Amino acid sequence: MSTISIRKYASENGALAGLLVLAVVIAVMQPAFLNAQNLLNVGVQAAVIAIMAFGMTFVVVAGGIDLSVGSIAALAAMVGALTAGPLGLVVGALCGLVNGALVSYGKLPPFIATLAMLSVARGLTLVFSEGQPHETDELVTFLGSNLTPSLPLPLLLMLLFFGVTGLVLTRTNLGRRMYAIGGNEEAAKLSGIDVRRTKLWIYALSGLFAAAAGLVLAGRLGSAGPQAAAGYELDAIAAVVIGGASLSGGVGRATGTLVGALVLAVLRNGLNLLQVPPFWQQVVIGAVIALAALLDSLRRR
Amino acid sequence: MKTLITARGITKHFGATRALDGVDLDINAGEVHVLLGENGAGKSTLVKVLAGIHGHDAGTIVGRASLAVIHQELALVPELSVAENLFLNRLPRRFGFVDRAEMRRRAPELLNRVGLDVDPNAKVRDLGIAQQQMIEIARALDKDAGVLILDEPTAVLTDTETDRLLQIMDQLRRNGVGLVFITHHLDEIQRIADRITVLRDGRSVGVLGPRATTRHMIELMVGRPIDEQYPRAAGRPGQPLLRISGLTKRGVFADVDIEVRAGEVVGVAGLVGAGRTEVARAAFGVDDYDSGTVAVDGKPLPRHDVQAAIKAGLGLVPEDRKGQGLVLTATVGSNLELVTLTDRDRSRLHDIAGKLRIKGRVDQPVKELSGGNQQKVVIGKWLLADPKVLILDEPTRGVDVGAKVEIYELINRMTAAGRAVLLVSSDLPEVIGMSDRVVVMAHGRVAGELPKGATQDQVMALAVQEIPA
Repeated sequence: MSTISIRKYASENGALAGLLVLAVVIAVMQPAFLNAQNLLNVGVQAAVIAIMAFGMTFVVVAGGIDLSVGSIAALAAMVGALTAGPLGLVVGALCGLVNGALVSYGKLPPFIATLAMLSVARGLTLVFSEGQPHETDELVTFLGSNLTPSLPLPLLLMLLFFGVTGLVLTRTNLGRRMYAIGGNEEAAKLSGIDVRRTKLWIYALSGLFAAAAGLVLAGRLGSAGPQAAAGYELDAIAAVVIGGASLSGGVGRATGTLVGALVLAVLRNGLNLLQVPPFWQQVVIGAVIALAALLDSLRRR
Repeated sequence: MKTLITARGITKHFGATRALDGVDLDINAGEVHVLLGENGAGKSTLVKVLAGIHGHDAGTIVGRASLAVIHQELALVPELSVAENLFLNRLPRRFGFVDRAEMRRRAPELLNRVGLDVDPNAKVRDLGIAQQQMIEIARALDKDAGVLILDEPTAVLTDTETDRLLQIMDQLRRNGVGLVFITHHLDEIQRIADRITVLRDGRSVGVLGPRATTRHMIELMVGRPIDEQYPRAAGRPGQPLLRISGLTKRGVFADVDIEVRAGEVVGVAGLVGAGRTEVARAAFGVDDYDSGTVAVDGKPLPRHDVQAAIKAGLGLVPEDRKGQGLVLTATVGSNLELVTLTDRDRSRLHDIAGKLRIKGRVDQPVKELSGGNQQKVVIGKWLLADPKVLILDEPTRGVDVGAKVEIYELINRMTAAGRAVLLVSSDLPEVIGMSDRVVVMAHGRVAGELPKGATQDQVMALAVQEIPA
């Protein structure tokens, strides 16, 4: 392999290299990490954030941001628990559509539009739940269950959403439009891309993915809580950024986001195994996010 | 004469490519030294090596301490005032706070040196690009730069602004400043240059005196004899493909009538601010207008609807290549297929990239290409869509001579295939040389139309004429 292709490989897989280093370090310090059951747990823990982050990837590639995914996940799960799972998905997509309409037709900055939705969706969750957790029905509980002892459904769902995200980004017009809009919105417009309608779809997809993540989370826990998934939007953004996407748009891949979500899950799991106190875990995770972004920015120079 | 900077045998590699190969360059006090070469010839790399932004692999540089570079991308803070920008980095202070009074006192002095009459308290954002450039120059002069390097400063300037800049350069030269001037406009070189160093493929291929002919400069630059600078091959025009009638946008343009027929190139000339770009954008549906109609091949277009315009067979290559034409984060291929997203046939991409003679791979990031090749990508994305009418807005701005001729050949090929081209250009020789008819705009109106073979004087006479509003 020539120098150039090695460099290209490294720059496209920096996050993957980081994940492997992280895993090796943890495995050396605590061999129980490599236990099959533990690795499955890591996958399940990564699933909710990963599914949310895949939706976020669309938004970030298109140059936007979606702060409302945690709240939408909670609202979708609550609606799913109170009525039926599929309705939760519909509500999530609708919330995303509203985000998209505010951004594209209302011309609000995505930060503001989705910050508003963060509050509205969380508020509605509290209203509908009357502040109480509600048990999920069979269908939703099934989403969080194991098909066989060694085959958790959340893991499969994560891979399914990963595949869909990769396909949308690389093989569909919608995906190509996302890169164009995030890379240069004006050029996209002048090339005949309907920027506003595309953004509508992008935020709707993010809402839909967030709702799916919310249902998987509720399914695992067996109930939907009014404060579920609070703060998850930050993990989702972190996963996307660790995966090498640029918050200024135009850059980002499904594989990167998957790796980003796994980095966060491996880190959490490892810190638990190493019995790092929870308060310190937050500090370490923050430092790792900063480090990942720093390495990425160094690499791009 | 005092030599301020002596560079000998400068060699610089980027990976496997040799960007500079043993280049010698002297910069004397009180001279304007032009660096001439096609995009990718190594001019910018040389400037960056001189300025110490890039290191060099071999060679020596003596005396670069007192050097300032005005880059193409201006380094000003738009939200700060003129005065604050002038003293950015070394704001005068009193008691630890910015000494505004001192700043206001010293700013006009600096502005005077470049003949700029603006309020030092104005925000830079509110100034024109030419004025911003002057502020950069003023700032560089305040650091007592002995050598001032200007990297394509006139690419974004109007003719009057360029005249002003050349005057100031002349004045600086008289004051003993050594100037390095990079430009693609050969007429500017003939007006101001004392010496011309021509670069090609990273080598210095010749040093010319002030009386070098255009032809000589071009041939040295491209390394082969050039037959024709404007190879327009006109045919017999067919039916009208684009008809703009009575197009009006209050306060911007009014009653604009332009017709372009199949096989025809119609040029649109005029001063900057005459409303040419605005008409082009409105016709293409980017911006709305108040009244009038735009029809493609006899079919009227809805207002303010780019998709409909493209569907009807209209295309626009915008004036701002990086800002409006390209997705810089994406590859050449992704940019080429931007208009024809639904077309999944990759072979056509390679086909068009080859036809355009784009120097670069389809999977290469488009930002790695030179300006000329980037422009070919923007034109290429439209050629893939095969529009009936293509509007080109300043298609050769910042493009080197070799690529220019290639773009002209593309125009010829389009019209030979029965398409129509509307060519908006501020480059008078180009708009006259490549158009079958020239429409001249002034103050948002069509001031007149000239047949093929019009002179620059005729165009200018129409362009500067006063039209009662």
